[in-house]
Amino acid sequence: MTTNLQLPIKDNAIKKLNVGDTVNLSGVMITGRDAVHKWLDDTFIQKTRTATEDDLLIYEAIKPILKGGLIYHCGPVVSGLQTKDYRFVAAGPTTSTREEPYQGDIMRHFGMRGVVGKGGMGAATLKACQELPAAYFHAIGGAASLIAESVKKVIYVYKLEFGVPEAVWAIEVENFPVVVTMDSHGNSLHDTVREHSKEVLERLIS
Amino acid sequence: MQDYTSDILELVRITSTDLPLPVEKRLRDALEKEEPGSAAHGALETILKNVEMTRKNGTPICQDTGTPIFYVHYPVGINPGELKEQIRSAVAIATQKSYLRPNAVDSLNGKNTGDNVGDDYFPSIHFTEVDGEMLTIDLMLKGGGCENVGAQYSLPDNRLNAGRDLEGVRKVILDAVYRAQGEGCAPGFLGVAIGGDRGTSYSASKEALLRKFDDVNKDEKLNELEERITKEANELGIGPMGFGGKTTVLGTKITSTYRLPASFFVSVSYMCWAYRRRRMVVTKDTVTYE
Repeated sequence: MTTNLQLPIKDNAIKKLNVGDTVNLSGVMITGRDAVHKWLDDTFIQKTRTATEDDLLIYEAIKPILKGGLIYHCGPVVSGLQTKDYRFVAAGPTTSTREEPYQGDIMRHFGMRGVVGKGGMGAATLKACQELPAAYFHAIGGAASLIAESVKKVIYVYKLEFGVPEAVWAIEVENFPVVVTMDSHGNSLHDTVREHSKEVLERLIS
Repeated sequence: MQDYTSDILELVRITSTDLPLPVEKRLRDALEKEEPGSAAHGALETILKNVEMTRKNGTPICQDTGTPIFYVHYPVGINPGELKEQIRSAVAIATQKSYLRPNAVDSLNGKNTGDNVGDDYFPSIHFTEVDGEMLTIDLMLKGGGCENVGAQYSLPDNRLNAGRDLEGVRKVILDAVYRAQGEGCAPGFLGVAIGGDRGTSYSASKEALLRKFDDVNKDEKLNELEERITKEANELGIGPMGFGGKTTVLGTKITSTYRLPASFFVSVSYMCWAYRRRRMVVTKDTVTYE
């Protein structure tokens, strides 16, 4: 059975989710990957660099989306770059582990309810999922056009100087299909699969 | 020399948007094996829906259109320098038309060129002169997720107790699949090279992925090993997207090349399920696509 979740997501809705559940997400989220996570961490969490006026403007714009919301690890193909009539053409998830050093802190800082990506994340993010509570929503890697169809509107884009794939795209999605692979109860499907496959591997190469 | 820019643009469009049928068939066979209602089954259903949709709409199968890797076999009379410029223009136009995502990033300053045209290594173009009159251009689009889980081993590998023989080769390939988990967008394809130096070994492992999908390795021992690797990799139970399931690897291609007495490399190139690979053949005045 598939759960329909509207963003922003409430605590109790997250607590009801378990590893393996299929979910359709609807509402507003932002995309962010390597450059965005590093920028958020450096500027607003570690504060190793001073926030510019532009940074503060973007911070205020994304804060309400991230409160109870999600970051989607995605570097989309976008049409209408010249006319600024942006449309997502292909928008599957990118590998999430690269954001592992930042993700837990960013989720806590903004009071997020999780992230959407692929490949799962590590212990620090899983811990943040338990504390907040939050969840890791796994999108289907490579299913880029199908996911782009669920993106109904591009609301705005910031940090386009990071490049199209690395920019902050605020998007409205409808019935974006995902699977919960890390829940707020400390379970990770990725850990289970890794442990099982390790046992098999040891048998096969012994 | 004739201008092939628009023909190469069409090659890019087909490669990015139309998954080869033999790949789709293997995905359909994999779907049959998974339990309906499982996350693995759902993932494959979504993948197949996406494949149908992109073929119909002419949109990229995956947003990570990867490194465009071209293999050109050209006859006498074709100027590779000119052809290279045509390929680079075609790639830039394809980016403008949203068949490709701008993917060429300067490693030092992080700047994206915006049109997939970087330096001599990006896009990656390999030229080989051939006899006869036929010009063929193979294109493979290989995304970053699967490229990142590629691995190179130097045998003997004491950690895996893998020696300098096919048994050692088998062990390290399975280790590479285990380490990749779902991160290379499983179920994937393995291109493997045994031998070479570090550079040629990785190159050869990618070229192994250019073999026909359903061919049989001419070397009997390697053919056996290919079949065994696919079977055993699937026993790992990593499954589509790493959700757990029966299909982790859809096919394995292994090639062997000469090595130095002191070196014994095994290179594994992992190709995601979105195995985007097409060929353009030019004979006299006709251009066909495979």
